[in-house]
Amino acid sequence: MIMSNKTVLYDKHLEYGGKIVDFAGWQMPVNYGSQIDEHHQVRRDAGMFDVSHMVIIDLGVANEAGDTRAFLQYLLANDVARLVDRGKALYSCMLNENGGVIDDLIVYYLAANWYRLVVNAATREKDLAWIKKHATAFNVAVKERSELAMIAVQGPHARDKAFKAMPVDVVEAAAPLQRFFGADCGDWFVGRTGYTGEDGFEIMLPETEAASLWDRLAAAGVKPCGLGARDTLRLEAGMNLYGSDMTEETSPLISGLAWTVAWSPEDRDFIGRKALEKEKAEGVKQKLVGLVLEERGVLRGHQKVAAENDDGVYVGDGEITSGTFSPSLQKSIALARVPVETGKSCKVEIRGKLLKAMVVKPVFVREGQAV
Amino acid sequence: MSEIPSELKYTTSHEWVRVEDDGLVTVGISDHAQELLGDLVFVELPEIEAVFNAGDECCVVESVKAASDVYVPITGEIVEVNESLLDEPETINTAPYDSGWLFRIKPSEDDFEETEEYEELLDAEAYQAEIGE
Repeated sequence: MIMSNKTVLYDKHLEYGGKIVDFAGWQMPVNYGSQIDEHHQVRRDAGMFDVSHMVIIDLGVANEAGDTRAFLQYLLANDVARLVDRGKALYSCMLNENGGVIDDLIVYYLAANWYRLVVNAATREKDLAWIKKHATAFNVAVKERSELAMIAVQGPHARDKAFKAMPVDVVEAAAPLQRFFGADCGDWFVGRTGYTGEDGFEIMLPETEAASLWDRLAAAGVKPCGLGARDTLRLEAGMNLYGSDMTEETSPLISGLAWTVAWSPEDRDFIGRKALEKEKAEGVKQKLVGLVLEERGVLRGHQKVAAENDDGVYVGDGEITSGTFSPSLQKSIALARVPVETGKSCKVEIRGKLLKAMVVKPVFVREGQAV
Repeated sequence: MSEIPSELKYTTSHEWVRVEDDGLVTVGISDHAQELLGDLVFVELPEIEAVFNAGDECCVVESVKAASDVYVPITGEIVEVNESLLDEPETINTAPYDSGWLFRIKPSEDDFEETEEYEELLDAEAYQAEIGE
């Protein structure tokens, strides 16, 4: 079946000059003219992204025996016990029994026994099937909120400009939010989260109100940005992309996501824990690093990396998982999975030539500044 | 809709071709091609004096999104490359038919405009039909 879904903002994308491409079965704007201009717009001012294709799932109890928190403590590699305050968000992987990543997601703690997940569009079916399969034993009810649209407003001026565009009561709910917190307000929900390395909000709201918010944001000076800029922004920020930087075949430990695995308490049994403990005991063999190309060219996914230790001795091959040209740094950057022995530099094979790249911590730009 | 100057010839792989007064042939990529690629960030130009057959891959243009091969539209020798593109590849986006040219070729046959290779190039109308605009 060829799917061709449109978000409720599709007509707005056409109206604002969006160039439409297929993304995981969705007709989405890749840019509205220039993805580099849109990238700079987010780093310097404020941009907005339609992320309504992403999947919002509310978890509650199915009956009196239901325990949503216990369910999530079993389902996720990170521990929702860390979510003490209402509205707090947590980034986590959802693993299979082998420790491979089924998806990465954000979970918000909204109230006792009420959590909200935001998962990727491309993995919607398998995520829902997996979550529902394991929810039954915990008497947890799984409800997809497909009637909600989602708009991300990102950039140093995102806050001020979004406040001019949102209803007064929503602004009141959003104003006190600390980073990585969210608050609901009627049918709306605003999270101070994002996928760009800039401050801003992700706004969930009824589909019927989305087009009007889009127009009001535009009137407040927030420029529409497409998936192209979204990808260069997240890569500069060193944020993983599911399906590229981690998959069901790779564990979080070799995907730069060990920090999202909550090992303690030791008696918390989560799906994939045994496999990760085994991997750790045997010695983790690869790591995800950042690369900055020192020569002219563009790093791309699947390019081969010849890894070297600090003495320049070849220690094995690696592979680029995501690569692009960084508009902020004016250099090519990448995430790459390489042997753990890899030192400060490596060589990347591009069209038969070996080009030198610096190995760095996988964060390139944060809040407008080179890291 | 993209710009397709009527005085140029085109290939199905989206190069444009202009025969200059001195008999040399200037090559670039079409407005349609640069639109498809999006913001260009890197160009790898062919070597001067390199000799190619029509249809050979000779250089690469890369946008943020993707790398794309450029094919030599005619048989001949590269005599000049547009080195300003090394620092300003975005010129291809802003002026694909003008300062965004890629390279110049000396055709292997004299009177290039009388050759079969020239005959096979598309005129503006045929190129427009080719890209479906």
